Amino acid sequence: MNLPAYPGYDLIIAEIAPGSKVLDLGCGDGALLEKLREEKQVTPYGVEISEDGVWKCVEKGLYCYQGDIDEGLSDYKENSFDYVILNQTLQITKRPAYVLREMMRISRNAIVSFPNFGYFVTRLQLLVKGRMPKNILLPYEWHETPNIHHLTIRDFQNFCMVNGYPVKKEYHFSVSPRGAPRRISMLPNLFAQYGFFMLDGERLVDLNRSVNL
Amino acid sequence: MESAPSISGEKSFGLVKTNYFTFERFAFRSGRILGPVTLAYETYGTLNNKKNNAILIAHALSGSAHAAGFHTEHDQYPGWWDLYIGPGKPFDTERYFIISSNVIGGCSGSTGPSSINPETGKPFGLDFPMVTIQDMVNAQLQLLQHLGIEKLLSIAGGSMGGMQAVKWAIAYPGMVNSVIAIATSASLSAQGIALNEVGRQAIMNDPNWNNGNYYGSKGPDAGLSLARMIGHITYLSETHMHEKFGRRFQEEDLSTSSFKNAFMVESYLHYQGDKFVDRFDANSYLYISKAIDYFDLKKDYGNLHDAFADVSANFLVISFTSDWLYPSAQSKEIVQALRANGKNVMYTDIETDMGHDTFLIDYEPLKKNISNFLKREFERISKE
Repeated sequence: MNLPAYPGYDLIIAEIAPGSKVLDLGCGDGALLEKLREEKQVTPYGVEISEDGVWKCVEKGLYCYQGDIDEGLSDYKENSFDYVILNQTLQITKRPAYVLREMMRISRNAIVSFPNFGYFVTRLQLLVKGRMPKNILLPYEWHETPNIHHLTIRDFQNFCMVNGYPVKKEYHFSVSPRGAPRRISMLPNLFAQYGFFMLDGERLVDLNRSVNL
Repeated sequence: MESAPSISGEKSFGLVKTNYFTFERFAFRSGRILGPVTLAYETYGTLNNKKNNAILIAHALSGSAHAAGFHTEHDQYPGWWDLYIGPGKPFDTERYFIISSNVIGGCSGSTGPSSINPETGKPFGLDFPMVTIQDMVNAQLQLLQHLGIEKLLSIAGGSMGGMQAVKWAIAYPGMVNSVIAIATSASLSAQGIALNEVGRQAIMNDPNWNNGNYYGSKGPDAGLSLARMIGHITYLSETHMHEKFGRRFQEEDLSTSSFKNAFMVESYLHYQGDKFVDRFDANSYLYISKAIDYFDLKKDYGNLHDAFADVSANFLVISFTSDWLYPSAQSKEIVQALRANGKNVMYTDIETDMGHDTFLIDYEPLKKNISNFLKREFERISKE
């Protein structure tokens, strides 16, 4: 079983309202944005660190910025986007708390999906073998992994609660051998390979305003 | 800054000739009015019926209207951006209509300090009005109107050319569909101004400069050559210089007190300096380098964010990692101001050791991105 090239793409596409304005943080070669443009007629924007990724975006006619995803987020006005997507990238970001706070500020909706470190296979590898987990979700050796902020679904739920980020939807999933996402409702923190959250950025802004009053 | 000879297998646009457009009157930003004023320009390719395939190329400090092709069959070198302009090249002359003009204040056919002042019958010299990037853009506007072009598919340029491109999008938003701004800045750094000033002082301290009145006699060749040598150092990177020249000797001679060119890098700079003197006017160098120094979008519009508020063009912004004259951070500044205004912008910081002059060399990532961006922009407006 191989890691699907684009885990959760279909779930994200299903969530996005046609004609909206979307920013994909860590957009890679722009595959998701291109699908969204075709299927949902969105106005796509991307941020990507790799030259290759950005150049492929240019080829696709996607407006993409080469840089760290936390670079320049502060430039955007509140609710500049309908959706900001952070897909399989949260665990790589240098300043995850900052990125999430900015996502909530600049967008009406924040979609966050990440590999769940609480997945039972991962837990067992550490528990039984006593070694850092290496599996389809986390395919790297400890010394070469780009993942610097591992987290579980429960960690993220707790993080949202503490920060007052309203969760609109949770749709934790695993990927079948054929690559189709399958929702895991029972004990997702144990059985889901990926966490999937949609946060309400609009309500957050309202919350802040009422506090300021 | 010129390109390496491109007698590669690629197709050249072939023989071209420089055209001259003269208009009655031109008001400089300084308030001075001159007339008649001439702009030298070249065109490559054909304007289509919809008139939506025109691209304006803006040159850098030492460029000219001659951007592509050859003037005669015996020319050793083609135009300065021949690697990028021609059939099947990024600025594809089979698809687009390319216009390249020499800036006002220049010395390659456009009205500048070496032109004859109609009032005195003598060259302007320092009587020529101060030139700004805005003036260059305004003069190009006259040329476009003359050519019957209401809207550009794109305007592209590197370095000072990028400044013109960005200024175009701000000054005439309705006339620009897209901008390709390469290795440029919203305002030159203090370090950049300092280096320009050293170049200017080299010219002005040459006794032959004579306060700008040297036409008809021997000009400040040594000063201009030195200015060019300094310029060339700033266009390259430390790594690139090391790779290209290292510490290799031209001739090693410790027997006499000789300060002749011992190292290859020295003779390279002298060669560049000497070559430049043959084709460039020292006063033009003073005026144009000062125009670069004065360019400041932040000052002109209060801040960079407000500068881009009314822009409607889509942008491709490109910087080079080893460019220390126009560092990547200065391109990012432009990109971030555009993004904050909700404008469409693509930005790539291309990894290269070649420094500022990367945009003039045969560099595939640059070619690919320009080519892809233009294709997409042309597709987009063709649907409109």
